[in-house]
Order: sequence, then C-alpha cells, then structure tokens
Amino acid sequence: MLTVYIMGKGYRVPEGLTIMKAMEYAGYRLVRGCGCRGGYCGACATVYRLPGDYRLYADLACQTTVQDGMYIAQLPSTPAERADYQLSQVAPRGEALLALYPELARCVACNTCTRSCPQKLEVMDAVQAALRGDIRQVAELTFDCVQCGLCAMRCPAEIAHYHVWQLARRLCGAYLTPRAQHLARRVAEVESGAFDAELDRLMGMGKDELAKAYQARDIEP
Amino acid sequence: MADGLRLSREALAAPFVGKVEELSGQNLSACYQCGKCAAGCLFTEHMDALPNQVLRRVQLGDESVLAASAPWACASCLACAVRCPKGVDVARVMEALRLLALRRGLPHLDPRATAGVPQIALVGAYRKLTP
Amino acid sequence: MKRIPYFPGCAMKDQARDYERAAQAALAALGCELVELPRWNCCGTVYSLANDDLMRHVGPVRNLIRVQDMGEDRVLTLCAMCYGTLRRSARFVAADPERLSRINAFMSDEHDYRGGVEVLHLLGLLRDVVGYENLASKVVRPLTGVRAAPYYGCTLVRPREVGVDNPDQPEVFERVLSALGAEVAEFPYKVECCGAYLTVGAPAIVAGRVRDIVASAAANGADLIVTSCPLCQFNLEARRPGIGPRLPVAYLGQLLAWALGADACLPPEAEALIQGTTPAAAGAQQR
Repeated sequence: MLTVYIMGKGYRVPEGLTIMKAMEYAGYRLVRGCGCRGGYCGACATVYRLPGDYRLYADLACQTTVQDGMYIAQLPSTPAERADYQLSQVAPRGEALLALYPELARCVACNTCTRSCPQKLEVMDAVQAALRGDIRQVAELTFDCVQCGLCAMRCPAEIAHYHVWQLARRLCGAYLTPRAQHLARRVAEVESGAFDAELDRLMGMGKDELAKAYQARDIEP
Repeated sequence: MADGLRLSREALAAPFVGKVEELSGQNLSACYQCGKCAAGCLFTEHMDALPNQVLRRVQLGDESVLAASAPWACASCLACAVRCPKGVDVARVMEALRLLALRRGLPHLDPRATAGVPQIALVGAYRKLTP
Repeated sequence: MKRIPYFPGCAMKDQARDYERAAQAALAALGCELVELPRWNCCGTVYSLANDDLMRHVGPVRNLIRVQDMGEDRVLTLCAMCYGTLRRSARFVAADPERLSRINAFMSDEHDYRGGVEVLHLLGLLRDVVGYENLASKVVRPLTGVRAAPYYGCTLVRPREVGVDNPDQPEVFERVLSALGAEVAEFPYKVECCGAYLTVGAPAIVAGRVRDIVASAAANGADLIVTSCPLCQFNLEARRPGIGPRLPVAYLGQLLAWALGADACLPPEAEALIQGTTPAAAGAQQR
C-alpha cells in the first residue's frame, strides 16, 4: 500500500494502480474527467506533484501509475475558446490558423507546452509551424493529440493549442490530403448497384448460414 | 503638461519613478530637456505629450502619464535612443510605461482586431501591446 | 561551396518566401550554401526593452543553441527584424553571465548556451564575406539605369552597437546596390521607421509614415524601393495611400538574384520596371 493525496486529502491505495483506478479505490465515482480509460479520449487530464520535487507534472489519469506521496488534482475540462468557423468557408492557406487564432503570435518559445504534453508531442514546434503557416506540418506533428487541454492550461501565452491542431488536421484532411481514388471508385460501384445481388443474398440468409459464411469469408492478409 | 501638477518631495521620491527607472534601466535625472528625442521622433503628431515631456512627467513623479498616448504611438524605432546626447534610451522608458499600464490590466490591443496582417506584425504587436 | 548556417524566420516561409528563394539562388551563385537550422522558432520580432523580461530572450537564445548544436558559431538572417532580435539577445546574454545562467536553467530541456554565436545579416555577409568587388565581378545582368532607394528601416542600423552599419549614415546597402550596377537614389527617409507593428492597431499612423517614405524616395528620383524587412515590405505595400507616387517594392535578395542571373522571383511591378530599364534585359527581349 502507498499514500496518495487526491485534491488535498490522503488515501492509502494499493501499488500498481493507475491514478484513475486509485481515485475509484479511494471512493471517487468519476462522472467527468473519465472516458475511454485507454489513453485515447483525453478526458482525464491530471496534474500531480511528487514529494521533494517542485515540478507540476501533467499526464492522463488512466495512463499513469500512482507513486508514493503523489499529490493529485484533476482537470476534467479546459474552457479554452474554440474559434467559430465553417470548414467549408476556410481556405487551407497558411494564414488561416493565425486569422482564427491570432494569439499564436504570443508564443515566447518557452517550451512549457511540450513539457506538459502527456502524448509527448513536440507541441512548441507545432505552434511555430502554425505561426509560419505550415498547416501540413502542424497536422503531422499533432496527429496523436488527444485534446486533453493540458498544454493550454500551462501556456503563458494563453494559446488554445488543441483547438488550433484540430483546425489544422481538418484543413489538412479536407483540402491538402490527396483524395483516395479507389474509395471513390468503390462508392460509385456501390451506387451503381454492382453489389445489390450479393447484398440481397446475404439479407436472405438465416442466422446459422450467415455465421458459417462469416467464418469462411476472405480475410485480407 | 498636465494641469495642476503639484511638485512635492513625496512625488519626486514616489515608487512610480523608481519602478520606471528599474524597468527601463535608465537614469531619468540625466535628461536635461534638450528635446532632441522629440525633434527626431516620427510619431509626435499622434502623441498628446512629446517624448521629452513624458520623461519630465516621470521625473516629477506624475503617474497620470500612464494615461498618455505617447507610449502607444511609439513604434520602438530607437531614433530617440541613438540621438540622445545624455545616453538616455527614451524607447526603454516608453516600454516601461506600456508595461506598467498593461500589468495594471489596461488592455491596449483588441486581440480580435488583428485580421489581415502577417505574423511578423502580429508577434510584435502582441509583445508590445498586450500584458 | 561555403556552408553558412541559416535562420529563416517565419516570414521567409510565408509572405516573404520569394525573398528566401531568390536569396538562396543568389548566394549559390556566389558560392555560399545556406544550411537551414534543423529546428528553429520565432525570434520574437521585437526586442524586449524592459529589464525584468527575461522570458522574451528565451526564444532567441533557443535558436542560438540550435546553431551551437550544429557545431557552428555564426548564423545568417535575411530578415532585418530577426537580425535585430537575435543579435541583441546574443549580446545581452554575452554581457551578463548571471542572466545567461538563469535562461539556461529555465531551458532545462536544451544544452546550455555557451555564448559566442555571431548573428549576421545578408548585407553584412555581402560586405565582409563576399566583398563588394567580388560581388560586382559576379554580376551578369547589371541593374544599369534602375534607380533604387535602399530602405534600411530601423533594426538593421539601431541601436548603434548592433547595427550592420552607422545608424545615421549607413552605406552598406548603397555599396551593394552599386555593385549590382544600380543607380542609388539617396533619400533622407532611408533609416526612418515605417511604423512597424503599429500596423495592427493603428494602421492610419503607418499610412502616414509610408506616405512620407514613398514620397521622399520618389522625390529623390527612385523608381524602386529595396528592403530586407518583411514588415517594412508589408507596410510599404499594404498601407500606402491611394494617391501619390506608387513605387514598386522589392527585397534585397531579389535584386541580388536578378543581377547574378539567378531566379529572382521578383514581384510583377518590379520585374516590369527592371525589364523595361536595364539594357541587358532590353537586349535579351529584342533577341
């Protein structure tokens, strides 16, 4: 057993638990600040400190194991402003990011965002790429962003990083990434009725027959 | 010059004067009001007090100078700084006044009125005109 | 090929990319290869004039660390504002080991900056590394007949201890333009500010400045204004009044590339002017 301090109150919890499980062990019922439990949804942003260390660490509660003497506080949501835009009305030009999020220009290159990112992204490099209008680079650097908001919480320049990243990825996906031609061809085939007979045959099958066909299906290598 | 400015020992030794000296790193008493900074300044038509007058008001502890337009019309071009015969960097005094005003929460740049300018302008404006 | 570490700055990847392309081509013709820093961040564009604002030096010093990590001791900028902030921050920390150690302690994720990186501007490189005579000898398309006004602006020449030349009567820009075969239009506003970042919140102030600068250049016989600052370029173009002389604005690197026979990426107005003025170009057109 070890001792952790959750929102300032001490609890004894077993070793090896994640922060999230330790909180539940201690009696918390998590209705906010808890989602997929697998490190993907970004809902469980958490700030903690370790004894004898001045740093405030930032991480996801579902991905971080408790340590003895840990001081823990959750940040279930970050109320950073998201710009109002219609993707179809935004041209994928370099200045688009700066036009909707001008506070990007306040970055002082302190790198605090990078140090607070649970996904270990090069967040400051992405801010710099956004500042110089490189949408593709921003989208690439932030592909694994889970939008937990910890960067925005720590940023002295008050940038809403994760909203900018989302805009960059959307612009990249909508305008800068080549269209998948084979998908377009297949959609056209579906729409032209090329698979109608096949689908009708499947729809007409009984449960057992369908299960058998499923077991025997071709599986892509 | 502000109407009814009262000179007093207290005003001259006010923390405000010390704070401007500390932030700017300039010896304000060195200024002898020759006016060369104002003569070379390209932005005086947008200032309600000339650069040397701003400096004088700070020397005298007149805190109302924080509401003057001069620091906001200053573009930090340093023409005054290279011309001052006494080596006073007036641009640093302007910066100190901007910072004191901004740090008291007086906003200057509307962050949403920034459309259509390149990042090189925005970065500068945010650094000079926001806290 | 002489390899020179190069800090682009944001504008070179965006609104001033033609300047960068032209300068790279021109320097290649002069035997210099620009090696872009593998990672870099915005210089901050304006140098902090406050004594308690150490944070504002973090960005510039981080870039100097990148140069140091390349095993180099100098870095070139094309942009006048990047030149000013990087060079001033380099001097600032060199003069005060206490401040440098605080900045190093803050940047715990980087190697310590040891000092000693020199920041160069394209004009200084042309003067000190290439040399005026050598430059003139490499010119294949002289800008004969083009009357160019060298617009320094602020950060190339002020403050005195950082400037690439004398703050009141600089000559390096003029000497370079002469070496390229251009006629230099001397004008009294060459080191006067365009209004810089005031363009964001007070465009009318900048418009007044630009009106005076352009009028002065025109009155002194200029056909063209040359700059190395993307903010001056933006203000001279975007804030110029609808009436009065309209002089084309070109970057230093673009004239350099033209004269050296490289791809100059000139803006159309400037290209038309040069095409119509220089005998070499006129001759080429006749053929």
